[in-house]
Amino acid sequence: MFFSSYQTEGFFDEMFEAGGGVRPHAQLVLETINSLDGGQLLRHKHAAERLLLQLGITFNVYGDNQGTERIFPFDLIPRIVPAAEWGYIERGLKQRIHALNCFIDDIYHDQKIVKDGAIPADIITSAASYRKQCHGLTPPFGVWCHITGTDLVRDRDGQYYVLEDNLRVPSGVSYVLENREVLKRIFPRVFEGLAVRPVNEYTSRLLEMLESLAPNPRGKPQVVVLTPGIYNSAYFEHSFLAQQMGVQLVEGRDLVVAGGDVFMRTTKGPQRVDVIYRRVDDDFLDPEAFRPDSLLGVPGLMSAYRAGRVALANAPGNGIADDKVIYAYVPEMIRYYEREEPILPNVPTYLCWRDADRSHVLANLDKLVVKSANESGGYGMLVGPHSTAAQRAEFAAKIAAEPRNFIAQPTLALSRVPTIVDDHFEGRHVDLRPYVLCGKEIYVLPGGLTRVAMRKGSLVVNSSQGGGSKDTWVLAHDPAPHAGQEQ
Amino acid sequence: MTHAQPLLSRVADAVYWMARYIERAENVARFLDVNHNLMLDLPKAYTGQWQPVIDTTGDSALFRQRYGEATQQNVLQFLAFDPGYPNSIYSCIRFARENARSVRETISSEMWQQINNLYLLITEESRRETPASLPAFCHAVRMACHLFAGILDVTMSHNEAWHFIRVGTLLERADKTSRILDVKYFILLPSVHDVGTPYDDVQWAAVLKSVSGFEMYRKRFGRIAPERIVEFLLLDGEFPRAIRYCISRADRSLRAITGAPAGTFSCASEQRLGLLRGELDFARVEPILTAGLHEFCDALQTKMNTIDEYVLNDFFAQQPAARS
Repeated sequence: MFFSSYQTEGFFDEMFEAGGGVRPHAQLVLETINSLDGGQLLRHKHAAERLLLQLGITFNVYGDNQGTERIFPFDLIPRIVPAAEWGYIERGLKQRIHALNCFIDDIYHDQKIVKDGAIPADIITSAASYRKQCHGLTPPFGVWCHITGTDLVRDRDGQYYVLEDNLRVPSGVSYVLENREVLKRIFPRVFEGLAVRPVNEYTSRLLEMLESLAPNPRGKPQVVVLTPGIYNSAYFEHSFLAQQMGVQLVEGRDLVVAGGDVFMRTTKGPQRVDVIYRRVDDDFLDPEAFRPDSLLGVPGLMSAYRAGRVALANAPGNGIADDKVIYAYVPEMIRYYEREEPILPNVPTYLCWRDADRSHVLANLDKLVVKSANESGGYGMLVGPHSTAAQRAEFAAKIAAEPRNFIAQPTLALSRVPTIVDDHFEGRHVDLRPYVLCGKEIYVLPGGLTRVAMRKGSLVVNSSQGGGSKDTWVLAHDPAPHAGQEQ
Repeated sequence: MTHAQPLLSRVADAVYWMARYIERAENVARFLDVNHNLMLDLPKAYTGQWQPVIDTTGDSALFRQRYGEATQQNVLQFLAFDPGYPNSIYSCIRFARENARSVRETISSEMWQQINNLYLLITEESRRETPASLPAFCHAVRMACHLFAGILDVTMSHNEAWHFIRVGTLLERADKTSRILDVKYFILLPSVHDVGTPYDDVQWAAVLKSVSGFEMYRKRFGRIAPERIVEFLLLDGEFPRAIRYCISRADRSLRAITGAPAGTFSCASEQRLGLLRGELDFARVEPILTAGLHEFCDALQTKMNTIDEYVLNDFFAQQPAARS
């Protein structure tokens, strides 16, 4: 009944096959939804929203009045990833993260990959996120990206692509954990019937990984989470992770560097800190090393880090590989460092600094998605098919002025998941952000943040741009297809 | 507390103020409720006694400047919902939540949720100028604060941060009790023509009810008598809103924080709090009344303010998210 008028409209639908039949792994969820009446479904939806508000699971909106909090819109219908499909994603992510770490370590040391001609030298030095202060540093295990939140998307044929790597300070994992808690309260029976892999070991894994980074711990390593403060859009997540790991949440003003070590100011005097999970951008870490006007930072932090007195996760300087021009070379990195073909493909990318690519981009602005090389969060972006002539002219001028700063990709027909719209369901476009921890070993959280563009037809899923989220269920094993299930 | 986690100075400061604001909100709600209830019992000539409620806040000048006359409507608006007045119930809860938000990893999730629920309740209510039903509103705020106290007690380890919460709560409570005593004693004592009338008893009973102390007073002293009420509210060692009780428990918590044994001190705040505790432990009510209760209350408030300042100097290096 909810789905009587549901259309896949030629998109890849995560729940229904092209012919309209339900995918086997979504059967139980569909039955559960269909067993509800409209009132019950809406009551569940409101209950979930009220729960999120009461739990204070909110984010701050920039550009709004300071302190405006909103709940991240949450849709009850989960996105389900079959076990076999997840195995593929997991292998692909491990390969990619490993290669990215090799690349960053190489770039801040001998730059072999450049010398061997696999990547042009000038795109490295021209990257805004290249940090010369990090040259020659060797973080523990040679790992620069301890926590990654890779954005994956699926195109019309269902193929997964890596859209962005998000190596710097990826956020959203707290929503993965909290969304699951909310859904378990609302649909306990479905969890009883399906083998959904749990996500709640994430914070233990995170703590374990962070503790393993301690340079020379005396006893139990002192780990802290460094936040820009309560007005940061991801503050809820910072405090949530600190709370779940049982570690201190500190702001820059709580830390002080003395005698080469980092200390936090406590009621009983200074206490040494071994590992900082920093949720602050490179630029705001240390006014002595980066931006001198930063009030958030800790003077001397980078010297302590360079001297091996404290560990920082993620490692400063790793944003070099987040540059969208360098992103285009990740397949080359995988071939170069892993001597393998990439398991997860990149989205085909045009680099505007190449003359041929630029001409193509300028001639096809109405079909492409243009992104600036160093922005995130859906800012600085043009979605060609949804743009106005004025917007295209503006981007054409920007591209001509700073070709190094822009890339373009075909507009993908992102996959869709049924989403509650008033009293029925409509398909809405989604992406998927799995979280990867990398210390001595690489761990991929079985799940991830499914972000959904709540507006009809929209392809922009960022929370800052009106996106919402869904719980992501990774199945432990796939259900055998029933005979005669499809007519 | 040998293996205790270190406590950030900023966090200690924030939990201390979170506690003070919650306690302040609860007291203001109780004062409003009791005064409103009293108005209903008194003959018309007495009604409109809202100025004393303003006086107990110590912010009479600000009130006069912003609202002028102490009508019921004005007082309710000022004390319940005025976002520009830092000690209104609305502001207190907002500041308490702001502080709680900055230390969510230190307090328990349940405590955070309860403060957040209280905040959602007050934001909803404060869309009006004054509460739709004053008794219902005050009751809701008080119960929410009591629930918070219970949640605090059973969900959070009684660690250093918890003791800072206790110190904040108890100093705030002692301050409020001293203010109500000071203001009410002044008003009620000169009304000799009321002595022996039912209204005298009603008004004194209201003083006790302002600190939820009526029933416990009855058990302790029975008949309503001004000196005994003063003794009860100042010097009782068992009633949780009596000043001596608050000071002795605050002293206990501060010792738990520093580890200093009784009879010694390790910092200025501890020394001042110990002195005050000793003074109250060995005081009798008669000399206080002879020398003047107002003078005593005044001195008491000064001492408690000094303790607050020393706590800040001794433990909190920096400013919390919000404070007045």
